[in-house]
Amino acid sequence: MFELFFVSFRHISISGLIKGWAGADNYKALIDNSDLSGTLKRTAIWLVVVVALTMALSLPLAQLMDANFRGRRFLRYSVIVPWAASLVITATSWKWILDPYYGLMNRILVDLHIVKESVDVLGDPKTSFLALLAVGVTVSLPFTSFVLLAGLKSIPHDIMEAAVVDGASAWKGYWAITFPLLRPAFLVAAVINSVYVFNSFPIIWVMTQGGPGYETDTTTTFAYKIAFRDQDIGQSAALAVGNFLIILVFIMLFLRLSKWKDLDQQ
Amino acid sequence: MLFIFPYITMLLTALKPKSDITDIPPTYLPKSYVWSNFIKVFQELPFGMYIRSTVIISLATMIIGIIVAVPAGYYVARNNFRLRTPFLLLVLITQMFSPTSLLIGIYRELSALHLINTYQGLILINVSFNLAFSVWILSSFFKTIPVEIEEAAAIDGASRFQTFRKISLPLAVPGIVTTAIFTFIAAWNEYVVAYTLASSPTKQPFSVGLSLLTGYYEVKWNYLFAGSLIAIIPIIILFTSIEKYLVSGLTAGSVK
Repeated sequence: MFELFFVSFRHISISGLIKGWAGADNYKALIDNSDLSGTLKRTAIWLVVVVALTMALSLPLAQLMDANFRGRRFLRYSVIVPWAASLVITATSWKWILDPYYGLMNRILVDLHIVKESVDVLGDPKTSFLALLAVGVTVSLPFTSFVLLAGLKSIPHDIMEAAVVDGASAWKGYWAITFPLLRPAFLVAAVINSVYVFNSFPIIWVMTQGGPGYETDTTTTFAYKIAFRDQDIGQSAALAVGNFLIILVFIMLFLRLSKWKDLDQQ
Repeated sequence: MLFIFPYITMLLTALKPKSDITDIPPTYLPKSYVWSNFIKVFQELPFGMYIRSTVIISLATMIIGIIVAVPAGYYVARNNFRLRTPFLLLVLITQMFSPTSLLIGIYRELSALHLINTYQGLILINVSFNLAFSVWILSSFFKTIPVEIEEAAAIDGASRFQTFRKISLPLAVPGIVTTAIFTFIAAWNEYVVAYTLASSPTKQPFSVGLSLLTGYYEVKWNYLFAGSLIAIIPIIILFTSIEKYLVSGLTAGSVK
């Protein structure tokens, strides 16, 4: 037990110590870093867009997985694959698909007459960030959909049936009954997903390394780059502390939503 | 279909002969299906070495993780000690911090312990990152075992440890297996920490090895993807087997 306390505390306190030694200079250097504002803006976009799209798409996906049809097993398994597979491998495969010369994506786009000749999706900061967002959504979707599916399963069917008997249309019944009951699952999935998305490193790192330049960095990859490429440990630690604070906000949110104290009493 | 599109592409690429890989524009399907790529990958890339490291790290993480987490989970489930609530809170919080933001701390710590670029270092970090989740999910499993069974055993004269070993432990086997598989998968797929700490190829797990291979001038994509598929297929099978428990574990039961 004490060992566990020790292990879980250790990393955090060491980051704290670094902060103590370095003083305020690192924070100043960080704020003066000309790439910081762009990175912060991108982190915000990354977080909001990926989480919003993921949540918006996972609701119909969860409904579909809950529905009874022949391809259901296949659907569930294909949703599990990106969840189980290493993010590095998924990202590597996307990098290959998006390759300007040998990648399949360009072949498809050319064949469908969407573009005239091959484009270097990952070479251009604008399109590469879009591509990262899209991949971010596909790897986030499995988790949120399965959480929503678990939520859907916990709603008794008779409630819906009762509403239909009372004359509610299927659509109206859905919004009035299923959706409110699903809200806790929805919120928890959104918060946990936000933490994952915020922390996400492998996708960006493997596909673009935050490049070209710093054009697709988020604060997570940016902190890594400053520390291990630019060798400015102090400045990176300052950013890491900032990242901590942001995650803490999410944790607070999560705790409020999950009412974890009640949970403990079970 | 969108979900498995990249993996299908991987499979098709893995089956292509070398000459197909550099076709411009690329072909959708391989001209000839070269299944031997799946065997040749072990000669063409240092893939056997990567898998060996990955297996060592994941297995050790799983075993150590379970040895530490089972007593901890049991204790939390059965005892109402004073700091229990803060303790569970702490466990939850540590689950949410990303390895990336802790990397500097980890790096300093491990270099102080001379564990950089060693299996032991990577195992230690993997264990500590997965402990929180393991304790949490195990304690909820132990909670589902009725206390009455244990009390009955105690009345029959069993000591506390005997009760735990002979009654609770066997009943919790499904939970322990789930936790073990989860830890194994997490260690198997871990990337950031190994990427930073394992600098020599002999110590790198495949996630790091593969990502480094794509940086070379001439990438052997067909072998690379054949290797990747070998690495993810067992994980997908394991994953499917624990999916049911995973959701409740990751959301800490708050969905129900």
